[in-house]
Amino acid sequence: MYLARVIGRVVATTRSPGLEGVPLQWIQPLDERGEGMGDTLVAAAAISSGPGDLVHFVDGREGALACPEPFVPVDAAILGFVEEAAVGAKDLADLEHRPAEEGDSTAAREERSHRPRRG
Amino acid sequence: MLIGKVVGSVVATRKDEKLENQKLLLVQVHDHNNVPKDQYVVAVDAVGAGMEEMVLYATGSSARQTSLTENRPCDAVIMAVVDSWDLGGENVYEKWAT
Repeated sequence: MYLARVIGRVVATTRSPGLEGVPLQWIQPLDERGEGMGDTLVAAAAISSGPGDLVHFVDGREGALACPEPFVPVDAAILGFVEEAAVGAKDLADLEHRPAEEGDSTAAREERSHRPRRG
Repeated sequence: MLIGKVVGSVVATRKDEKLENQKLLLVQVHDHNNVPKDQYVVAVDAVGAGMEEMVLYATGSSARQTSLTENRPCDAVIMAVVDSWDLGGENVYEKWAT
């Protein structure tokens, strides 16, 4: 499982059978510093998450097991909200309030500025 | 899952018999800002997607979890046709935009 930030929502009416009503959301996986790690992806949401939420997700075939109908072509699923994720004394769940640090890469700063505020 | 645009179809007459009657499409991956990537995948179409449509596809063993691809040698399947998406409330892609 991985940490991720929900960054957007996907609307898709035509779906493989069994996926009706399953929310699909864009997520950005995060590293141990809470920075974006790797490429964004779309995950099925087993919880009522929305843009800005810190969540954990599973990838691979196990993702389908989190869906109401487990025999579906889902390879990533959001499993739960993260209330607290401590790395040393730092709480990753509070990162959106963190100002840009010196030495941050431009990409990381940009990524953060695109990150929606927590609703 | 990842989102991509259907950019072509793939025709293969000689193939594994378990892949017969499967529609194969060539999909170019796009990122969340709808910028095309230099990344392509051949995927089995399980939803009847058309050319130039934005689709969602699943990869790995999950791709076998449709009635069409069950127990077949397939590791990428188109499982939804994308209508639109937004990032933090801001619309990025809209299928029916004029």
